[in-house]
Amino acid sequence: MIAEKQPIEAAEVLTPHLEPSQAATPPTAAVSAAQGSPETFTLNLGPQHPAAHGVLRVLMTMDGEWIERAEPIIGYIHRMHEKMGENRTWAKFLPNTSRIDYLSAMHYTHAFVGAVERAMKIEVPPRAEYARVITSELNRISSHMVWWGALLLDLGGFTPILYAFDDREKILDLLEGLCGARLTYCYYRFGGLYNDVDDAFLQGTRAFVQHLRPRLQMYRDLVTDNVILRQRLTGIGEISAEMCRKYGATGPVIRGAGVAYDVRRTEPYSVYPKLDFKIPTYPEADSMARYLVRMDEMEQSLRIIEQALDQIQPGPFIAPKIPRVLKLPVGDTCYAVEAARGRFMVRIVSDGKEQPYRVKLRTPSFSNLSLYEEASQGMILPDALAMMGSLDLVIPDIDR
Amino acid sequence: MSALLERLMPQFAALIGPEAFARHAAVVAAAHAAAAAHAAAVAQAAAAAKVAAATAPKPAVVVPVAGLAEAGRPGSTTPAATPPKPATPAAPPAPRPAAPPAPPPPPPSPLQKTDHAAVGYDLDATVAPPQVVEAARLLDAQGFSLDALTGVDWIAQHQMEVVYDYFHPTEQLRVVVRTRVPRAEPSVPTITSVFSGANWHERETHDFFGITFTGHPNLKPFLLPEDADFHPLRKDYAP
Repeated sequence: MIAEKQPIEAAEVLTPHLEPSQAATPPTAAVSAAQGSPETFTLNLGPQHPAAHGVLRVLMTMDGEWIERAEPIIGYIHRMHEKMGENRTWAKFLPNTSRIDYLSAMHYTHAFVGAVERAMKIEVPPRAEYARVITSELNRISSHMVWWGALLLDLGGFTPILYAFDDREKILDLLEGLCGARLTYCYYRFGGLYNDVDDAFLQGTRAFVQHLRPRLQMYRDLVTDNVILRQRLTGIGEISAEMCRKYGATGPVIRGAGVAYDVRRTEPYSVYPKLDFKIPTYPEADSMARYLVRMDEMEQSLRIIEQALDQIQPGPFIAPKIPRVLKLPVGDTCYAVEAARGRFMVRIVSDGKEQPYRVKLRTPSFSNLSLYEEASQGMILPDALAMMGSLDLVIPDIDR
Repeated sequence: MSALLERLMPQFAALIGPEAFARHAAVVAAAHAAAAAHAAAVAQAAAAAKVAAATAPKPAVVVPVAGLAEAGRPGSTTPAATPPKPATPAAPPAPRPAAPPAPPPPPPSPLQKTDHAAVGYDLDATVAPPQVVEAARLLDAQGFSLDALTGVDWIAQHQMEVVYDYFHPTEQLRVVVRTRVPRAEPSVPTITSVFSGANWHERETHDFFGITFTGHPNLKPFLLPEDADFHPLRKDYAP
């Protein structure tokens, strides 16, 4: 261990002198003592950096390889979706919601139509709810595939992303057959769906579930059990349950800290209460725990899809007599869903007119990234980037 | 779930204070009185209209009788101009009461349980601006987590609302805390000392609404450009 730094005399300039054996130990005491020390330098990571996965900028004060302070600077892709919500009708804002987190569009449109349906007291037919669950879970898998490939790319493994995108392509094809979009889906409508799920989709989804199970096993053998990956992630980037609570971090981040928080359970919506699935949690709270949560979640999503495929019955796919232009009753309504990155909540305020009075979009990546400054203190840069990868950030989701 | 809610209710009631409840009761009583006065006025207007309807048509029917034979005859326009004369004095008895505007409904109680299935939260508490920190502290003590923090611009009432959403990581319970500040100088104390996650939410709300969070460690532009001097979510903002 390094002894505590002595206060530096004004006249004498010390050059850092570390023994090779000492260099590998995190200088936790030194980091806190080195505030404003002349040995630090500023590292500007982003806003165009491959590891930032978009236009995220992190202003880092570095003490050699150690991070003294890492302040995320956001807003480079801010589009003011909340203002757009106020100057168009409810239905016209719906496509916006799929552009917030473009990897998790189904969940986001689900939250918005859910909020409007809750305010209007619209009953959604069961077939539509089952179709929503199937498409949402497919979307979760495809989102996790992108995360998986991109994380491993960050860590230096190029091959896995090719496998992941190969499988993800099958999901995109299935969803494209339903609604025409491959990424920014706008498949849900107030009261139901844009169109009915057809047999080709249902059979294709069943075949995909059969296809993906052995592939997930292969991912585990090829990557998850790989000793290089484990050493990059295990015991690194700890984010405790208490830190998650203080920052409002949700999704795989809080589940990777051992808390079984999942909106599908704590605030049940759609037909999730009728389906049997586990909420994977890992108490280690490190990057590996978050990795394992997502890998397990893909398997749970397959289980959910299989049950929903068994239970879905013929019937109407949209509630009857939904007016073309909605006027919501006065008041505010919230609706939350479990998106791929965690809790996504829409808070709508209506003054009884055709346009929303206020639309608040509470996005998971925003809260999940807000803890980065505290969590990355004293880490070395490559580890902090691996931790950033394990947060699964989508920058437009943060900036909105 | 409900046990925690039952624990929270008296704590919030104590925080909000009996004066606020008394003020609310007075407002509700005033609103009820206004509603009753409105109902009476409407009834009076209806009765007056009835009387007018009973009296006014009489001259309209009786008076023209003399000229009816001529008025009904097409071509003779001069007598037709005379009948309105007696009809005009009959108009004052039916004073158009112009249906007095309905008074606004009484505001909801500062502390109320709500139906999660209907609105998406279980407890709705309205506190005074200085009490938001204490509200955050008591929710923190019960293990809540900050969900979101945002503003609403009530321009017609010259007020800004600040809404704090909380969720519980293990219990099935959602709490909303709201407060209203004057729109001209919107300012509430920061809750960053209780929930570190509020830091970014407050910066964002400051950007969008121009609400000042006193005591905030770093209230500089966040999502907007660094030279932005406007607050886009204010209702009077025009780009």
